[in-house]
Order: sequence, then C-alpha cells, then structure tokens
Amino acid sequence: MPTKSKLPTSEGKVLIELKNVDKWYGGFHALKDINLSVRKGEKIVLCGPSGSGKSTLIRCINHLEKIRGGTVTVDGRVMGETAKSVEGVRRDIGMVFQSFNLFPHLRIIDNCSLALRRVKKMPRDEAEKAARKYLDRVHILEQAEKYPAQLSGGQQQRVAIARALCMEPKAMLFDEPTSALDPEMVKEVLDTMIELARDGMTMICVTHEMGFARQVADRVLFMADGEILEEATPQEFFSNPKHERAQAFLGDILGHQ
Amino acid sequence: MLDFSVVVNRWQDLVYGVGSTLALSCAGIVLALCIGLLGAALQRSSRLIFLVPVRIFVEVIRNTPFLVQIFFLFFALPFIGVRMDPTMTAVIALAINGGAYSIEIIRGGVESIPRGQIEAGAALGLSQFQILGDIVMVPALRAIYPALTSQFILLTLTSSVCSSISANELTHYAQRIESETFRSFEVYFTITGLYLVISWLMMTTLSMLGRRLFSYPNQ
Repeated sequence: MPTKSKLPTSEGKVLIELKNVDKWYGGFHALKDINLSVRKGEKIVLCGPSGSGKSTLIRCINHLEKIRGGTVTVDGRVMGETAKSVEGVRRDIGMVFQSFNLFPHLRIIDNCSLALRRVKKMPRDEAEKAARKYLDRVHILEQAEKYPAQLSGGQQQRVAIARALCMEPKAMLFDEPTSALDPEMVKEVLDTMIELARDGMTMICVTHEMGFARQVADRVLFMADGEILEEATPQEFFSNPKHERAQAFLGDILGHQ
Repeated sequence: MLDFSVVVNRWQDLVYGVGSTLALSCAGIVLALCIGLLGAALQRSSRLIFLVPVRIFVEVIRNTPFLVQIFFLFFALPFIGVRMDPTMTAVIALAINGGAYSIEIIRGGVESIPRGQIEAGAALGLSQFQILGDIVMVPALRAIYPALTSQFILLTLTSSVCSSISANELTHYAQRIESETFRSFEVYFTITGLYLVISWLMMTTLSMLGRRLFSYPNQ
C-alpha cells in the first residue's frame, strides 16, 4: 500500500480531515490555516501553551465551534453543510471534556443510555444493556445506579468516556481529560484511555500528560498561536524538538517532572 | 356582637368556594407552567420571529395590572366576538399572567445551566429540542423552583381578583354571603383564614413535589 507519510501508522483510510481551517473569535485569529488528516486507528496528541488553539481545533471537528474558512471532513461527510451532517458527525465522534459534563439529574446508567434512546431510538432495556457493557469496560459497572455527584472526579471522567463509547463512535476527542482531576485520580483515567488506544480507537487528545503521549501517540502535534508548528513522533518530539517554541514549552512542563 | 353562625350555616358554600379556588388556581398554574416552558424555549432561539413576540408578551403582561387584564378579556374581547364565561376567563387570565412571570423565572434557570452540559448533549448528537427537554429542563427547574413556587402561590392568591367578574372562587362566594347577611367581619375574617389554609396546602404540596422531582444529589 502506498504511503505518503514517513510516520509509522500511516496505513488505513483518512477518517478526519481538516483543510485550511480558519477560526476567528471576533478580532482574534484562533486557528490559522490548519491542515490535519487523521487516519483510522491513529492516536494524535495535541499539546502547546494555553490559548494556543488546541481545544478550539478539536471542538471544530464536531462543530462545537463554527469555522470561518476551510473544511472539516469526517468519514467522507463535509461538516456543517447541513444540520443533518452536524448531527451525523456528532454521532460518529465521541467527546470527553475537561469538566466531565455528566448530567447531574440522571443516574450513571441513564447518563450513558440517554443518547442511545434519543438519537439511536433504541428501546430502554437494550440501551441499558449496551450502557452496562461500556461501564464494565471502564471498570465502573458497580456505580451504575448512582448519581454523578456521588462519584469521585476520576470515576466521573471514566463514566464520561463510557457515555461517549456507548454511541460506538469512529473516533474519540479528548479535551484535557485529566486537567480538572486531583493528582491521585489522573492515573485511572489515563489507564482507561490507554486501554482504549490498545483496542484500536482513533483518538485525538489535547493533554499535557507527556507520559501518556510517549506511550500511545503515533504523532504529537505542537501548537502555538493558532498554528501547528511541529508534527513528529513522540520519540522525535521529546528528544529533539525542532521549533524553539516547542523547546521552550517542553522545558517549562518537563522542568518539574 | 359577632355572630359566626351565618358563616357556619353557609359552610357548604365556603367549602365549595375553597374547592373552586383550588381548581381555578391549579388549572392556571399548569397552563402558566406550559406557557413559561414554551416561552423560555422560544427565547433561546436566535430568530427574531420567535424572540420579539415573546418579549412583547412578557413586557405587556408584567407592566399592566391584573385587574385590567381580566377586564380586557371579559369585557373588551366580546366586541371582537370572543365570548367566554367568567370562570373560563379567569383561568385564561391567570395562565397568561402567571405564564409571563414564569417565562422570566424559567429563563433565569435555563441560563444558570453551564454551557458544558449543553455541549455534552450536542456532542452526543442530541437535537436542540432534546437537549432542552432531557438535559436542561430538570436542573433548570430545580435551580428556580423556590421562585417558581412563590410565583404560583401568588397566582393562587391573585385568583381572588377574579371575583370582580363573578368567576367561581372563594372571594366571590364570600361576597355573596356578605351581601345577603351584612356580616362583613365574620365573612372576611373566615375567608382570610381559609386563604391561609389554601396557601399552606399549596406550599406543602409544591415542596413535596419538588423534593420528589429534584431529589438527585448536588455536585
């Protein structure tokens, strides 16, 4: 199979493609001419200083942010052309947020089965069965009947992962999934994400967990000021960052580790 | 000398009055809640065709007296061919008045829901309408439930104004007893007590309902 990229996992079809994406917040140019293609099964880690546009970039993929220029294509669907394309793409892409965003008035099992029942029109018993399967997969099945507030942050984030997995997405977006967690809970969430990566899920993660990046990423993308400044394998990126902004960034975050 | 026997003799009328006031108020509350939810939902739209009418409705109703509103419905509308009996008019007037206030209260609740909740729903592929119904509504109502409860108790007490068009309710019955017996003190003293009972009943029921509906633990 012909491959264009020198990077290791370049086989498989392109699942997510951003072409010349521009995003403005008023007069602030948040994303500048972003080009990125993600193949099926690839794991991408996005890092960079705060305000560099990492979160904005992944939020453009499922249209939580509207772009001004360029195109986002997910599994052949051009995003944002119609309301249907937006809902279709969102069904295909799971997202995990920094602040978990579980629904506080619904039990864990209902948090997970809601979208199956409403979007996929699954009957309740079938939806709950599927939800239990994914709760088991993130090792939290015994909490199914509780409410989000009764769980720890780490447990809530694992539920959020299960909730996204229930929709059987083709790719998962992680927006700083461990930043809001107490240090002792970071590991359980990262372990869950690593298991997911091993199972072959296509993942784009905005994270500062460099250990995680080293372990699972096929590519690390470094962003600053709304641009992708560097793109490399984790080995290359951590041992020999080329861009001076990347060197400074790594110096800052690795200095204390 | 005070003589409460006239009141005691007409106890059936008073019980009927209390029942009518409760029925009138409950109908008004249910309809006001519907108007409130619908109006608050429409206010989230970015389309002026939805926004402007809701805004005008809320401003007109909240800035005019209830007595004038009910007179308008009862005495003015027949001129353009809309005729309703007094009790029907009262229910509609209470629903419209309570609805306008409910829209504003519920809107406050909806705005108190963190953006992340709505984004999480959107990211799962839920439609705007489903997000509002399944994700936003319950926490939003919980946030403003005390305000909504006192608004609905106010609505119940305001229903006494409907006596001015002879709607079936407690004050109307009291006026009838008073005009037949001239025992103003006894009659109004009694219904003051009855209104207290009605308020207390409403408050207890609504707070029990609230505890049932919003029992989930806080974050």
